[in-house]
Amino acid sequence: MEYFFIIFQEIYKILFLLVPVLVSVAMIVWLDRRVWAFVQKRQGPNVVGPFGLLQSLADALKYIFKEIIIPASSNKVIFILAPIITMTLALIAWAVIPFGINQVLADINVGILYIFAVSSLGVYGIIMGGWASNSKYPFLGSIRSAAQMVSYEVSIGIIIINVLLCVGSLNLNDIVLAQEKMWFIIPLFPMFVIFFISSLAETNRPPFDLPEAEAELVAGYQTEYSGMMYAMFWLGEYANILLMCALGSILFLGGWLSPVDLYPLNLIPGAFWLIFKILFLFLLFALVKAIVPRYRYDQLMRLGWKIFLPFSLVYVVLTASYLFYFNLLPKI
Amino acid sequence: MIAHSIFFYFFSVVAIVSAVMVTASKNTVHSVFFLILDFISISCLFIMIGAEFLGMIMLIVYVGAVAVLFLFVVMMLNVAQQKNQWFLSKSSSRHIPIGLIISAIIFFELIIVVGGWKYKPELLNKENTLIMKDVTNTHSLGQVLYTDYIHIFQISGMILLIAMIGAIVLTYRQREGVKKQSYLKQISRERSEGVEVLDVASNKGVKIDD
Repeated sequence: MEYFFIIFQEIYKILFLLVPVLVSVAMIVWLDRRVWAFVQKRQGPNVVGPFGLLQSLADALKYIFKEIIIPASSNKVIFILAPIITMTLALIAWAVIPFGINQVLADINVGILYIFAVSSLGVYGIIMGGWASNSKYPFLGSIRSAAQMVSYEVSIGIIIINVLLCVGSLNLNDIVLAQEKMWFIIPLFPMFVIFFISSLAETNRPPFDLPEAEAELVAGYQTEYSGMMYAMFWLGEYANILLMCALGSILFLGGWLSPVDLYPLNLIPGAFWLIFKILFLFLLFALVKAIVPRYRYDQLMRLGWKIFLPFSLVYVVLTASYLFYFNLLPKI
Repeated sequence: MIAHSIFFYFFSVVAIVSAVMVTASKNTVHSVFFLILDFISISCLFIMIGAEFLGMIMLIVYVGAVAVLFLFVVMMLNVAQQKNQWFLSKSSSRHIPIGLIISAIIFFELIIVVGGWKYKPELLNKENTLIMKDVTNTHSLGQVLYTDYIHIFQISGMILLIAMIGAIVLTYRQREGVKKQSYLKQISRERSEGVEVLDVASNKGVKIDD
C-alpha cells in the first residue's frame, strides 16, 4: 500500500512538471512563428483564438487525425521508435531542472552531467529516423545532423567545465546558489556567447539547420514522417530548445535567482524568474532564426572545431589560473 | 530492497540479452543499436551501485560519442544489408580461432582480476580506500585521481593523444587540385579590385579580359 502511495505521489509530481512543459512547448511554437513574422513585417498566425494563441493546439489536433504513413521499404520498428526516442529524451531531462531552492523533481549530485548525457543521446532519434526511412534525403540529413551535434557537444562540454570551475559542484541547485553574488554571465561573457551559438547548433536551429535544409534536403530526416510521428519530432525539437534555454539561464543567468536581492523582487517566486529568463533566451533564438542566413556545411564545421573548441579550451586555462592565483577556488 | 533487486535483475537481463544480440543479429546497424542498449543498461547498473559519475560519463562518452562513430562507420560502409552470420558461412570461418583466442585471453584476465580479490581481500575493503561518506563520489574520485594517481592519469591521457594523432597521420593524404577558400581573402576584397566601370561605345561593345 505504501509503495502505491509513493508511486502515485511521484506520478503526480511528474505530471505537474510535464503538462506545463508540453503546453509551453505548444505556446513557444506560436511565439516563434509570431516573432519570425514580425521581423519580416508579416502578421503570422493570428486567426485561431485571441492573437492566434490556439494555433499550435489546432495544428496538433490536425496531426493527431492525419494518417500515419510508414514507407514500405523502411525499417519499421526503428522508424516508429525514432520520434518516440526524440520526444522522451527531450522530456526526461526536465527532471533535474530546479525551479526554486527545493522545487526540483530529482535533486541528484550529477545533475549537469545528466542533462549533458541526455542531450548527447538526442542525436539517436535523428540518426534512427534518417536511417530507417531508407531514402536519400533523410539519410543525408541525419548524417549531417549527427556530425554537427557531436562537434558542438564538445564545445558545450568545455563551457560547462568553465562554469563548474567556479562552482565546485555538479548539482544544478549549487550552480544556481553560486551565482548569488554575481551571475556567471559577467565574468564568463565570451563563454555565454559561445554557449548560445553552440546551443543553436545543438538544437538544429537556424543558422545551423542544415539537417533539414529545405532547399537541398526537402525536410531532412523528417521527410518520410507524417501525422502524429512528425508532430512528435516537432514537439521534441522545441522541448529541446526550451531545455537548452533553461540550461543557459541556469549556467549563466542565475537560474531562479532574482536579478537583484531587493525587497519587492524577493517576493516573486523563483519559478517566475526562471521562466522569464527562459523566455528571454528563447526570444533571442527566435530573432536569430529570423535574421541570420544559413551556414554552409564546411563553415559550420570550421566554426565548431577550429574556433569554438580552441577558444573555450584557452578560456578554461584562463579561468583556472585566475581562480588559482587569487585563491578563489571553491571549497568542498 | 525488493524494488532495488527488481531493477537490478531487469537491467542485467537487458544488458546480457542485448550483448548476445550484438553478435547474433543479422543487420549490422541493429547490432550497433543493441550495443547502445547494452551501454545504457550498464550505466544504469553503475548508477544503482552509487557510482553516478561513472554512469553518466559512460553515457556521455560511450553512447554519446563512441557509438555515434560506430553507427557512422557502419552506415557509411553500406554493410547494413550484408548477412552477419559468420557462423554459417565457410569463407569467413577462419576468423573463428582468432576470436576464440582473444575471448580466452579476456576470460583469463577476468579470472585473474576476480581471483585477486580472493587472495587480497583488503583490496575490497572500503576502509582502506579514500571513499568518504560525506563527500560525493565525483569529489572523492577527483581527490584520488588528481593527487595519488596524477602521473598515471596524465600518461594515459598522453597515450590517447598519441593514438589520435597517429590515426590522423596514417589516414591523412594530401590531395591535388582541391579548391580551398581563404576567409581572410574573401572578407578583405574591396570594390576597387572587384568592379571596373567602363565607357562602352555604342554598337561596338567592349572586350573584357579573362
